[in-house]
Formats: sequence, structure tokens, C-alpha cells
Amino acid sequence: MSELNSALDHPTYNYKVVRQFAIMTVAWGIVGMLVGVLIAAQLVWPALNFDLPWTSFGRLRPLHTNAVIFAFGGSALFATSYYVVQRTCQARLISDKLAAFTFWGWQAVIVLAAITLPLGITTSKEYAELEWPIDVLIAVVWVSYAVVFFGTIAKRAVSHIYVANWFYGGFIITVAVLHILNSLAMPVDLTKSYPVYAGTVDAMVQWWYGHNAVGFFLTAGFLGMMYYFVPKQAERPVYSYRLSIVHFWALIAVYIWAGPHHLHYTALPDWAQSLGMVMSIILLAPSWGGMINGMMTLSGAWHKLRTDPILRFLVVSLSFYGMSTFEGPMMSIKTVNALSHYTDWTIGHVHSGALGWVAMISIGSVYHLIPILFGKERMYSVDLINVHFWMSTIGTVLYIASMWVNGILQGLMWRAYNQDGTLTYTFAESVEASHAGYLVRLIGGAIFFGGMLIMAYNVYMTARRENPADDAVPVTSGAA
Amino acid sequence: MTSFWSAWVIVLTSITIIAITWLLLGNRKTGAKKEDTPTGHSYDGIQEYDNPLPAWWFYMFLITIVWSIGYLIVYPGMGNFAGLLGWTSTGQHAERVAEAETRYRAMYDRYLAMPIEEIADDPVVRRMGMRMFGNNCAQCHGADARGGYGFPNLTDNDWIYGGEPATIETTIVNGRKAAMPPWGNALGDKGVEEVTAYVLQLNNREPDAELAAAGEQHFKTYCVACHGPEGKGNPAMGAPNLTNGIWLYGGSRGEIAHSVRAGRNGVMPAFKDTLGPEKIHILTAWVYGLRNTASAQP
Repeated sequence: MSELNSALDHPTYNYKVVRQFAIMTVAWGIVGMLVGVLIAAQLVWPALNFDLPWTSFGRLRPLHTNAVIFAFGGSALFATSYYVVQRTCQARLISDKLAAFTFWGWQAVIVLAAITLPLGITTSKEYAELEWPIDVLIAVVWVSYAVVFFGTIAKRAVSHIYVANWFYGGFIITVAVLHILNSLAMPVDLTKSYPVYAGTVDAMVQWWYGHNAVGFFLTAGFLGMMYYFVPKQAERPVYSYRLSIVHFWALIAVYIWAGPHHLHYTALPDWAQSLGMVMSIILLAPSWGGMINGMMTLSGAWHKLRTDPILRFLVVSLSFYGMSTFEGPMMSIKTVNALSHYTDWTIGHVHSGALGWVAMISIGSVYHLIPILFGKERMYSVDLINVHFWMSTIGTVLYIASMWVNGILQGLMWRAYNQDGTLTYTFAESVEASHAGYLVRLIGGAIFFGGMLIMAYNVYMTARRENPADDAVPVTSGAA
Repeated sequence: MTSFWSAWVIVLTSITIIAITWLLLGNRKTGAKKEDTPTGHSYDGIQEYDNPLPAWWFYMFLITIVWSIGYLIVYPGMGNFAGLLGWTSTGQHAERVAEAETRYRAMYDRYLAMPIEEIADDPVVRRMGMRMFGNNCAQCHGADARGGYGFPNLTDNDWIYGGEPATIETTIVNGRKAAMPPWGNALGDKGVEEVTAYVLQLNNREPDAELAAAGEQHFKTYCVACHGPEGKGNPAMGAPNLTNGIWLYGGSRGEIAHSVRAGRNGVMPAFKDTLGPEKIHILTAWVYGLRNTASAQP
């Protein structure tokens, strides 16, 4: 593929910020998943809460979600978007300083989150727990990110904008809108504020935000990643340009409506619940469009899966993406939701997306990136990538299978009633019955976490072999 | 919802559905070109084929759109338009409740007509009561009804508000709000220490005699009104007996001192709206029936 080197004449790209974010992806992945393993263990052995407020489940759980979504996932999105936008536009980032600001600003946000959440400083809005001063910092960093990204697109040396950048662009704009509107609050002091919305409106705004954090942060952004790294790693053309147009526009138009399915059978008016459900069903095809385009891109290159564990990561992540985007619309149907809501099924669904899709596509992409960013031929050990691949896959399967079992078990136990109309089981009995599932989930999570440690070792060994190539990386070294 | 917002919802929903349908139909391309024709684009070496939308995917997309339009015609969704079926979630809930009413009414009515003493040991009542207790009361009183810190033990035959069936029923129906006032300001630190010593003496725990004697004087001033001259309490006031070694908030010197200094304000919620009289009747019978298990408890 001589085309791969067509950027030869271009001076240099800013790889420094990409490298920083790529390394922090691995680091935060380990931190976030370690907290996840700890809170999974707390559900098996409650004594691990240590009777301390700072280590209790209620405070560590938001720390886990923030660390894996915004620290791990966020760093992966920053790293890959900065890399992809430069390479597909054949243009250096418009400002190295602003890019550096987004790196250090984002790390500051994460560190502040790691301090405030265990202290119990929280807005209590899921995935938006951080208090207003941190929210302001996020907004500033995010707008800077948008300036760097779209500025770079504006000065591109190619006529069209590549599909990966549509997705990254959609993700950046929408997350800015979601974050700012959902976080609007009246501060009381530095660590306490009240949202400007109240009651059901507050709940609806929160889940409009919450579901689109999934739709745009965890889906659109990572589809951008997919559209670059899958064809690149498979060395095959993207299957269908036409399909990418249809599913991109349909995805971003419909996702924004789906939030109300988080509030089925609540005080939210029926019409809003129905619209949320209907749009969630329509969302199935646009979601699968991305999976099909990724999978079909491999046609003619399936044999590469035998030898290339990086490609395996990417392909299996697409399978999990397809599975969880089928599961999601199904769970949004009111009658299914009546069973699944508030159970561990939801946790399983989230993790089939979070571990199977988001983490695995990020891991595959980072394995692709690291040798390029450090000027090496390949990763230190391909065998270790393979070990990591199997640990991730087995860990994910154990995790989601145990949560399916637990979720359905809980849903059925909660609704079972006797001939006299009384409930058959108490809530505590459903907790007791979930114990085995919690143990299996812990094992699955621990295996997935173990894989991240292997990755860290592999990345470290790759990076340290020689001096890392400096800022002025000639683009030729990027041929992959 | 005002008709303006209703129209807003209808128009936005329609535009979205029409737009994605147009997007889907407008980009359908069948047959003409051969498979795997490149578009000619190349980005960092990545090319794109101009393959048509997979047919099965195209039809799946179309079916979900058609289904959704159908759903929005029969169910609520389009603003104030109620849907042809007239379905509402509150209506569905009311229907289910009414269904349960007709199915179980006779059975509950039969028990409601019987005195609590009579049904307290009925095995069916005990099973039903236990399940109700497990889902409504066990969160505070424990699965074994033996309570916990701040939550009374229901099996020990010691009743703060009285253990007669009618009183237990009243407690469940209307709830209770305990009001032990804080005496810290009136007594001062020394006074609190003295009253605490006296309360310990009431339980034969041999505190400093001098302190207890001073405490007795305070007790006669501040505490007798509710707890009585002998400290044996008064169910009518919800004032616990202080002489029997049973403690709602623990019997350590520190806990007793805290109760005296800062007061206690325990709350038993009212269940009349949650459970209704017929279920409360059975629950009362179950709780009343616990008196027979008391001897089995250590």
C-alpha cells in the first residue's frame, strides 16, 4: 500500500500530545479498573468497605465510572483523535500550546475528581458528579479541544473530511452541549451547588445527558477510532462510503432522543417515555451500520486475524458493539424494561459496551499507536498482546454473563408473588441470591484488569528500548 | 402541556422521522455498479468503496421506522395526542390494582372481620405477615424483627408505645414520632453525668453513689414527667422503661449520656397509605404473634 506513505512531503505532526494521552490511557485504565475490581469485591465481601466513608461503595463507584469513562476513555479519544485528525487531514495540530493545555487540563480534571469524589463532594448526578468548579474547568478544556480539532480540520491539505473525523467532530460538539446544559447550577460555595432544574425536568435533563454520554462519548467518539484503526490495521478499504453517510447522520439525529428510556414507569409523562423508546428502537439500524462497515472492511483480510492480535481486539470490539447495541434497544422496550430496570442486567449491558466495545477498541488502537509514537517497528511482544486479548475477552464474557443471570434472577424474584398477593421474596433474599454472580463478575473483572497490567508492561518495554523519537517525528515512521 | 409545546413535540418528531427516512431511501443504490468500486478518496492511505447499503440492513431500518410510526399512532407519544388505544401508565397501574382487589378482597375481608388475637397464630396469617414484614419493615427492624441501633426489638415483649393489638395497629397505621428532648443546656456537663449515673443505678450497675444521688434530684425535676418516678416509663408518652436493661440506643454510659444531652427523635413511618387497613391488620397480627417467640430468643 504505497498510499500509506502519501503524506511524505508533509513536515511533521504533533506526536507529543498523542504520546502523552496514549500513555495516560493505559495508566488511567489501570487505576479505573482497579477501583472497579475493588467495588466488585465489596459487593461480594461488604467488609471491604472498611467502615470508612472514603472507601465506601457509594463514593468509590462514581470514582470508578469517572476514571474509566473520562480518564481512560477520554484519554484514548484525545490521543486517537489528535492522531487521526492530523494524519487524515495531512496537517499539524493548529496549536501545540493549546493541545498541551488540553492534556494538562484534562489530567487536572481527573486528579480533582479522584480527590473530591472519595471526600463525598458530589452533585449526585450520575456521570456528572463533579462539582461546579471542576465542571467549569471541563468546559474550558473541552472548548479548547474543539478549537484544536476543528482548527486542524479547517487547515487540512485534502479536500474531503474523512468519516472518522465526522464522528470525532460530532462527539466533541455534542459533549460540549450536553456537559454545559446538564451542569448548569447555582453555587452555594466552592464545593456545593444546586442544579437549575428541579424534579422530573432535572431527571429528564440528566438522562438526556446520561444517555448521550453513552451515545456520543462512548459511541460516536469510538466509532471515529474504529473508522481509522480498523481499515489501517486490516490494510483494507472501508466497505461502504454510502453506509457511513447514512448511519452517521441517522445515529447522531436519533441518539439525542433516546434518553427517556432511562425513566420508564416514572413520573416522566407517557409521551416522553414513548418517544424515548421509539427512537431507541430506530437506533438499532444506525448503530449496526457502524458494526457492518467495520466488519465488512475485513472482507478479504480475515486471514490476518490468525496472526494479528491487534486486529482481533478491533474485530471482537465490533462484535461486542453489535451485541450491546442490539441489547440496548431491546431493553428500552417498556415491557422488557419492566423486568430489567434497576437490576444487574443494566450493569451487564453497560459493561458489554464498556469492556467489550470501548475498552477493547481503545486497547487495539493504542497497540497500533505505541510503536509509531515511539519510533519502533512493532510492540515489544506480540505474544503478550495475544495473552491480553484472551484475558480481555474471557473477562468480558464472565462479567456480562454473570450480570445477565443476576439481572434476570433479580427481576423475576422482585415480581414473583404468591396466591395471597404478597411478594414471594424479600429484597434481601434477591441480594443473597446474587452473591454467586457477584463473585463471577469479580473474577471476570479481575482478569480484564490483569490484562491491563500486561499491556502496561508491554508498552513500557516497547518505549524504553531506545530513546523515544522526539517531537519532530518524520511521518514516514508512521507507516503501519 | 400547552398546545404550543404539543405542536413543538409533534413537529420535531415528524421532522426527525421524515428526515431519516429520506436519508435512508435517498441513499439506496441497487445493482448498477459492481461490487467494491472505490470512491477514489484516500485519507492517510485509507480508501473507501462505494458499496450499496446491505439489503437486510436497509429493510431492518425501514421496518423499525414503520413500526415506530405505528406505535406513535396507537400509543401516546405525539405531544397531547393520546394514541388510539387510550393507554396510560397510570391507567395500566389502576387496572392492575383493581384486578388484585377483586382477586384478594374476599380473603382479606375475612381476616379483617376477625380479632387480631384470634388470627395471630393462624399459619396462613403468619406466612402472609412475614412476607409483608420482610418487604416493608425488615429494612429497619431486621429480618428477624429483633431491631437494631435506634430500631426497637419487636420480639422481647418490651413495648415503648404498648403491645396490645390495637396499639400496635395504631403504631403501624399512623407511625410514631419520638420526642426525647435534649437536656444538655439545662443540666450542663456535670448534670448530664449525674443523671447518667442515676439511670445506671436504676439498672443496678453501681455507679459513683454521690453522682447518682445528685442525678436523682435532676431526674425528679426533668425526667419524671415522662419516665415516671421509678423510671419505668409510660407507653402513653412513648417514654421507655429505663430500668429493665433494654436499650434502644445502647446502654453504655456514653450512649445514655448522649440521649440525655442531645435527645432522641426516632421516627416510625405511617403505613396507612402504603398498605391499607386490611394488610395492616394481618401485619399487626403477625407482630403481635411474635410474643410467643420471645421466650425462644436469648
